[in-house]
Amino acid sequence: MNTVNPVEDFETSIADIDRAQVKVDVKNLDFYYGKSHALKAVSIPFARNQVTALIGPSGCGKSTLLRTLNRMYALYPGQRAEGEILLDGENILAAGTDLAQLRAKVGMVFQKPTPFPMSVFDNVAFGVRLYENLSKADMAVRVEEALTRAALWNEVKDNLKGPGLGLSGGQQQRLCVARGVAVRPEVLLLDEPTSALDPISSAKLEETVTQLKADHTIVIVTHNLGQAGRVSDYTGFMYLGQLIEFGATGDVFTRPATRKTSDYITGRFG
Amino acid sequence: MSDATLPATALSSRRAAPRGALIGKVFEGLCFTAATTLLAALGGIIVSLLIGGWPAIHKFGFGFLTTATWNPVTDVYGAAGPIVGTLVTSALALALALPVAGGVAFFLTELCPARLRMPIGTAVELLAGIPSIVYGMWGLFVFAPLFAKYIQLPLMTAAAPGSLLETLTMGIPNGSGILPASIILAIMILPFMAATLRELLMSVPIGVRESAYGLGATTAEVVMSVTLPYVRTGAIGAVMLGLGRALGETMAVTFIIGNSHSFPKSLFDSGSTIASTIANEFTEATSPVHTAALIALGLVLFLITFAVLGLARLMLRVQEARS
Repeated sequence: MNTVNPVEDFETSIADIDRAQVKVDVKNLDFYYGKSHALKAVSIPFARNQVTALIGPSGCGKSTLLRTLNRMYALYPGQRAEGEILLDGENILAAGTDLAQLRAKVGMVFQKPTPFPMSVFDNVAFGVRLYENLSKADMAVRVEEALTRAALWNEVKDNLKGPGLGLSGGQQQRLCVARGVAVRPEVLLLDEPTSALDPISSAKLEETVTQLKADHTIVIVTHNLGQAGRVSDYTGFMYLGQLIEFGATGDVFTRPATRKTSDYITGRFG
Repeated sequence: MSDATLPATALSSRRAAPRGALIGKVFEGLCFTAATTLLAALGGIIVSLLIGGWPAIHKFGFGFLTTATWNPVTDVYGAAGPIVGTLVTSALALALALPVAGGVAFFLTELCPARLRMPIGTAVELLAGIPSIVYGMWGLFVFAPLFAKYIQLPLMTAAAPGSLLETLTMGIPNGSGILPASIILAIMILPFMAATLRELLMSVPIGVRESAYGLGATTAEVVMSVTLPYVRTGAIGAVMLGLGRALGETMAVTFIIGNSHSFPKSLFDSGSTIASTIANEFTEATSPVHTAALIALGLVLFLITFAVLGLARLMLRVQEARS
């Protein structure tokens, strides 16, 4: 049907992982922005309690793939996904999926910090209040726990009533991570979370990501190959809307199986 | 060596071009004049209102604002009726228009299917552009009879004697009065407020909206807890500007408020606003005190509007300072 963006016949290499470990299984996913075919028959597993990095040049579809996992695209008319995304075996693309509940299970942190216009405490408590009716004391514990996990507690504990927008950029981003983990999502999606941060804040956030995988399945989109190498267990390389290579991060980075991957990793394009 | 002399040459050659400097001076002067003319006009209006209204202010003093006798025959004027009429109709109009304007704006930004967005958005803008006299005529010839038949009469017959409803609905069931005027005013200020609120809501960064949805919030929760607070002060500014418009609206109100100078006693009672009183009586004011009283009324309206707009500016500034 779609002749504008034909599916090109790239050499691909998709490693298989232990099926019992798969938390989210994307199967044969096609994605369209109106008529533009942005994802082409993508199949990729995301392993439980592991960090999977999605890498690839700008416009390759990695953020698009991320935004299908919590169906964020559904906010926009004209965007649609075809195929299957199984979260614990259930297809989240099925009609009738409760999007609010899905997004409570699959949290997301964006490229730019997006604190809400409220206090630090309320920012973190916001998502929790939507689904749980905690006592004041329990809520305080939950907020502290989330801020601690996001490596921000020590910096804000004396100013929880201050506005979230008053924090520095790096602190705001970690506040968004805290806000995301406070609702205890099963999956955490990170869309280039450090691209707007200075190196020190980036390092802190990477450390946070590594700690968070004990409780969450994490998918991170990044342009920073070093970061992908440092934080991820699995890596998927995407190009022109297709998944070219997927495997353990060590393998993909040291022994890329396809020419495209090797070209990208060694900096020949991208 | 030439390095050292070069800047000096450049500087002197620039100094030797007085034409550019002259144009700059003329430009500055023109801009300054334009700006100060406006300021002078503002001052001039205040001063002339004060001078013109002085005989009435002098004669009635503070009582001009607090008494409700407006009698051209005995030449006694108290403006409490029109002042209260102005404040009440504007406040009611705001209370009626704000929820609807909010609903329109939320619908257009969050819920509206793409193909309805354009027609509704355009309709809102067109409504904002309709001249007020058209609203007034429509109000008197179309709205008032319907209002009298289907709302006013049923309410009046339903009201138990001695009840609060009876007090509120007293009056002649002809479809004119305080409440009908407020409704027409509400319809008039609604498009402006809806359009401004929509602009404000659209200015909320996409990431902030998506973050709220991303935590599992529903549309209502996103709007009430995140996007609306995000534009809080700007929204207050928009509301104040709408209020300012309602306060000064003349034609539409004059058509339908009933034009009685007495203090309005119920929602359906005839009343008047400052603007409608001035419009109705200026050509007929024969005694100097009557004219002065009308001018003093203008001064009062000017001050009320000024206060509202000043408040709006202050709130908008707070919003800017925060973002």
